[in-house]
Amino acid sequence: MSEIRFELDARIPDGPLEEKWDRHRAEMRLVSPKNKRNRRIIVVGTGLAGASAAASLAEQGYQVEAFTFHDSPRRAHSIAAQGGINAAKNYQNDGDSVWRLFHDTIKGGDFRSREANVYRLAQVSTSIIDQCVAQGVPFAREYGGQLANRSFGGAQVSRTFYCRGQTGQQLLLGAYSSLSRQIANGQIRQHTRTEMHDLVVVEGRARGIITRDLVTGEINSHVADAVVLATGGYSNVYYLSTNAKASNVTAAFRAYKRGAAMANPCFTQIHPTCIPASGEHQSKLTLMSESLRNDGRIWVPKNLDESRPAGEIPEDERDYYLERKYPSFGNLAPRDISSRAAKEVCDEGRGVGPTKRGVFLDFSDAIEQFGKETIRKRYGNLFDMYSHITNEDPYQTPMRIYPAPHYTMGGLWVDYNLMSNLPGLFVIGEANFSDHGANRLGASALMQGLADGYFILPYTIGDYIAQTPRDQLSADSVEFKETETETRARLSRLQSGSGKRTPTSFHRELGELMIEACGMSRSEAGLLDALARIPALREEFYQHVSLPGERANLNLALEQAGRVADFLEFAEVMCHDALARDESCGAHFRVEHQTDQGEAERNDEDYCNVSAWEFTGVGSPPALHAEALELETVELAVRNYK
Amino acid sequence: MKLTLNIWRQQGPNDTGQIVSYPAKDLSPDMSILEMLDKLNEELIAAGEEPVVFDHDCREGICGSCSMVINGVPHGPQKASTTCQTFLRSFQDGENIYLEPFRATAFPVVRDLMVDRSAFDRIIQAGGYVSANTGGAADGNALPIAQQTAEDAMDAAACIGCGACVAACKNASAMLFTAAKVSHLATLPQGQVERSERARNMVAQMDEEMFGSCTNQGACSAVCPKEISLDWIAKLNREHIRSRVAVST
Repeated sequence: MSEIRFELDARIPDGPLEEKWDRHRAEMRLVSPKNKRNRRIIVVGTGLAGASAAASLAEQGYQVEAFTFHDSPRRAHSIAAQGGINAAKNYQNDGDSVWRLFHDTIKGGDFRSREANVYRLAQVSTSIIDQCVAQGVPFAREYGGQLANRSFGGAQVSRTFYCRGQTGQQLLLGAYSSLSRQIANGQIRQHTRTEMHDLVVVEGRARGIITRDLVTGEINSHVADAVVLATGGYSNVYYLSTNAKASNVTAAFRAYKRGAAMANPCFTQIHPTCIPASGEHQSKLTLMSESLRNDGRIWVPKNLDESRPAGEIPEDERDYYLERKYPSFGNLAPRDISSRAAKEVCDEGRGVGPTKRGVFLDFSDAIEQFGKETIRKRYGNLFDMYSHITNEDPYQTPMRIYPAPHYTMGGLWVDYNLMSNLPGLFVIGEANFSDHGANRLGASALMQGLADGYFILPYTIGDYIAQTPRDQLSADSVEFKETETETRARLSRLQSGSGKRTPTSFHRELGELMIEACGMSRSEAGLLDALARIPALREEFYQHVSLPGERANLNLALEQAGRVADFLEFAEVMCHDALARDESCGAHFRVEHQTDQGEAERNDEDYCNVSAWEFTGVGSPPALHAEALELETVELAVRNYK
Repeated sequence: MKLTLNIWRQQGPNDTGQIVSYPAKDLSPDMSILEMLDKLNEELIAAGEEPVVFDHDCREGICGSCSMVINGVPHGPQKASTTCQTFLRSFQDGENIYLEPFRATAFPVVRDLMVDRSAFDRIIQAGGYVSANTGGAADGNALPIAQQTAEDAMDAAACIGCGACVAACKNASAMLFTAAKVSHLATLPQGQVERSERARNMVAQMDEEMFGSCTNQGACSAVCPKEISLDWIAKLNREHIRSRVAVST
């Protein structure tokens, strides 16, 4: 690792905030159509960011290789996003603007994101809606045929576009249809059921990847002029999360081990309204739209070890703790605050449900006030989903909810061009760290994924390719052969365990440790304890993991083990980051830094920065490099939701 | 609760395959079918045996990955549900449960309960899109679309591409899947330019993939987790005829 790589230059263009992107676009170098045909780009991941990028690059004329570990690009977890996508269209004439969306996003992220990136995100947001409409995405419409909007948290304007409760699905199918068209045109070669195992770096540049075919077990090399990672977030480090089962950190983490910086890994969002785990067998958590908090009242019994059913607990023995602590925002307090408050009352032993990790979300007052029919119209599909999963009727008994890890703001470090510190490696969507600071607002993940894929990367990657001469690098080169050999060695090492424990049992144990030490609240003591325990767990994993089956074949246990092995190393980086960030901000709550009322206390003097971590070897503490955040136009303020 | 699981095990596409029985105990009625399989797989892996292979991912009923036939019905006994959203409370304590892959010539078995549904992707590649390159799109509100039209399009677009329709059909027809995509785009103004070509090409691809013919019996719609209506098949037939008689568009 040369020192030069870690001169983290964000490459933010000069000029006033409003003009940076336009100026930059005008100055970027272009690749002629004839030359594009001869340049190859690898895109790993086919969710919103990956599919939109692959399609857009192919339309420009590049040769694109698109990789997904799913059986089809349409299965990526972007598909599960429910609520909507933000855009500064101001169709409602309610005072929205690019500036306002920018400002809401910076403030929502607790002033830990880059102004220039976020401003550009707000600028291109409007084009995303136009592009998706052109593709035939069936957005909700008003009676007059105009696009409809709904409101979302953290904003006072109505700027969220939606397709019922399936916005992510429809946007992904739009990007997937464009991708499919380019596959048919021969511009994109797709590799399904193929997992990235390593990044190949040649003369300091990212030049390809090593993959494993998940059906045949074959290890292959793929050469390209640039590599784009669109591999999503890492909430599954907690084992139980709202992520899909296969979501993992492997691609990003292996790029980190090849020299890419990992930024703000401790910024992870815990969503307050999820269905609680029903028992040991729980495999994932299901999110329910936050909109439920508009009419539901959150409470727990005042008494410890309350055993009566909810309906028999009298009013004066209930604690509506959010209304009590935050009288002006009440049940609509922001995600991070609501989540922490739920954890606190459960830690006190006042949680409800079979596992005692749950709080009530009670609609009885709303049903009394507005009638059952009105509530059914507002939340019918969510109530159905809840009763389907829990076998309880939320019209009769209060729902039970509990926070769950949901989105990860942290990710691989990228500059303004979405390129990591490793030249030729671009990172887009949830996999990068760039836009959401320490907390993401609702309906902004879809916006960022598509902004990166449709409207930012397709420009910036051209600027990079225009500056790198074409060469004849082949998969027979020594760098590819060596990386392939290392990949095989890693798989062999995994298979050398004694066979006593399953990969999932280690994953579950790591998840419990991480949610406790590096979840909704973090303390120095807890993090130090976790840093002592994780290496021991990793040791135990390599000694005793059980991996039946052959390597050169479809092998579920081997797939799981590879991902768990990376989580076991990545978890340490997260804890180091949480420990080093000795302040509270957004979703990162250090118990040592809170106000008298228990609110997060930022330290702008020392931590108005991005922490970027450099790999120094397994088990050795990563090296911290800070990128100072120059907030030039936004004034730092305390978030107050009292 | 206790169940006896009778699971289709097949090493690969060329293996004949067979049902293997596994006793399962200490189950909770709150477990999903997939969580029950997770538990079985944990036991198998710990015992050094190969786990049962099955597709799954989001476990929220939207990604369309999970795909198995439970007691003869794709996605199991619960209406409008995917396998991942089917819970053991739908079964009796002590019951025998049969788990098999989606069976169709066009969906070859990869292993155990996992099948290859890439034929669906190729049907989409044949025309399931609007040819709108990135950039240069007109303002979203420049094209007013009646609320009901958008709702109708959304009804069809809700398809998750799981393939239960094919598995339920005695002819393994992919008409409901193809109809949903053709109808979604034919309903909207954006889809008009390529409307005829799309219907023709997608139907041709569907035939090439060896999906069977439709006899309008509706087994597909009955098991569809998103309750895609049989009416869309009528629309597909209409679109296909239209594409052959239409002079232009």
